[in-house]
Amino acid sequence: MRHGKYPFVIGFLAAPVTIYVVFVIAPYAQAFYMALTNWRGLSPGQFIGLENFTRLFQDDVFWKALQHHGILLLALPLITIIIALFLAFMLNVGGGSQKGVMTGVWGSKFYRVVFFLPQVLAVAILGVLFQAIYRPDGSGMINSLVAKLGLEPIGFLINPDLALWSIIAVLVWQAVGFYVVLFSAGMSNIPKDIYEAAMLDGATRMSMFFRVTLPLLWDTLQVAWVYLGIAAFDAFAIVQTLSVDQGGPDGSTTVIGMEIYRNAFTYSKYGYASAMGVALFFLTITFAALSLRVSRRESVEM
Amino acid sequence: MAVDTVKPVSASSAAPSPEKTRREVNVLAGFGHAFLAVWALLIIAPLVWTFLASFKTNEEIFGDAWTMPGALRLDNWARAWSEANVGQYFLNSVFVVSLSTAGTMLLGAMAAYVLARYSFWGNRAIYYLFVSGLAFPVFLALVPLFFVVRNLGLLNSYVGLILVYIAYSLPFTVFFLAAFFKSLPNSVAEAATMDGASHTRLFFQVMMPMARSGLISITIFNVIGQWNQYLLPLALLQGEGAEEKWVLTQGIANISTSAGFDADWGGLFAALTMAILPMIVIYAIFQRQIQSGLTSGAVK
Repeated sequence: MRHGKYPFVIGFLAAPVTIYVVFVIAPYAQAFYMALTNWRGLSPGQFIGLENFTRLFQDDVFWKALQHHGILLLALPLITIIIALFLAFMLNVGGGSQKGVMTGVWGSKFYRVVFFLPQVLAVAILGVLFQAIYRPDGSGMINSLVAKLGLEPIGFLINPDLALWSIIAVLVWQAVGFYVVLFSAGMSNIPKDIYEAAMLDGATRMSMFFRVTLPLLWDTLQVAWVYLGIAAFDAFAIVQTLSVDQGGPDGSTTVIGMEIYRNAFTYSKYGYASAMGVALFFLTITFAALSLRVSRRESVEM
Repeated sequence: MAVDTVKPVSASSAAPSPEKTRREVNVLAGFGHAFLAVWALLIIAPLVWTFLASFKTNEEIFGDAWTMPGALRLDNWARAWSEANVGQYFLNSVFVVSLSTAGTMLLGAMAAYVLARYSFWGNRAIYYLFVSGLAFPVFLALVPLFFVVRNLGLLNSYVGLILVYIAYSLPFTVFFLAAFFKSLPNSVAEAATMDGASHTRLFFQVMMPMARSGLISITIFNVIGQWNQYLLPLALLQGEGAEEKWVLTQGIANISTSAGFDADWGGLFAALTMAILPMIVIYAIFQRQIQSGLTSGAVK
């Protein structure tokens, strides 16, 4: 054992651990307690047990937010993964066999760079940007085209039936590039000779995708699903900046994050907001655990 | 895989004719090409459109969205930079992110190094304490965090925001770098110790340089993450004079929400372009590292 190890270890850990415990661990621990009080910021709150949660389950707005997370949870991963899988397949093996090596289509490198680009842009900024793109009259980027086709303008964000889907579209737009790169990495781990063998057996591109690529990519898909699911629970910045009336119109796009923010910083209902945070925590954890369990499959030996 | 044994089978009548296969390939490749091009267009078009709109007048913006600006109106940019305070927000973001990323990297690397290469009582417990932070939604902590920061007298201060950025970046940084430090060879460290290097010197002069590629990846990751942060500054920069301290995401979101029809739309688009452009430039330069950095984090 080298001398002076402990002073060194303690010296190196003291600052990071302190900052982390004070700003991350302590707030999480307090959140669980705060959720059981009726604290409103002025007087010290009283312990009220599970009352916040009973109230939460009777709160229509909470259920509505939950319903939106349900839609997000299904739509966001499904649409993103399907688009990203297709694009990644084209970029990696779509070009067919060149001298026995599977290649991507022409221009793969360029596409890979462009697709990933939205990933480095702030979601809050994208919210503001898409507000302009979605504008309901001829000044909106999309509705200007719609008008040229002689169709009625589409109220992307002001139509309660469309608003949530318009927001999901932006999230998909941003996320796809990341998963293209992720799936590409997964695909490059699949040995080339498996494709070659399939090719020689006369497999079509389609059957190659479903019988070779997809099963061998299962682990990566699972990771993608969990990540996108967690993102579906995290949606806040986009709703805050893009939706009409912060979660509107008429609450049609509100999410739990929005309600936590509103209850805490607009109504000062800190206890109630924390209870929502705890509910969100259990939802996220349950989702992650369930999806890992459900999608567990025999991994293919290579 | 024994390709040779497969060959004779493919030559038999079981395989579809080469012509059919070629046609199938062409159709799919054509469709695939079209889809790739359309998706690329969907990414690029909104960004180019924003850039063009940053030179337009209000009348042009509220006219047909697909007309070109009448002139190169740089005054939109000037107004956004000075009157709408985007310049100020931009510099605030640069200031906060450079300090918090530097802090994150220093503290994260120190913790990860010690946790990865020294055995001591409580090592695993501290490691899992850090890693568990990856699993929690930030929203859960939002309200108590607000009060922790307020009770420390750090609400509406950069010190508070920077410390919080560092704290929330630590789980991933420690997780990523610990694995990296573990993979470094022992021999160099041993040689340095034989030469009489202290633990601290060993870290700064031997280990940090050796871990450079890992440090770069995670630095970029943290810069992007902290630059794009919206929720934390929104919750922590409030109160008297908070508007002057706002970071870029916050400032622009606010311009947009408070903008009515008489608002300066050309200025808003100029502000958006200013927020987007630096990220595109950084991305263009580092795109390889950014892609590998962000995805290597995902494939745990």
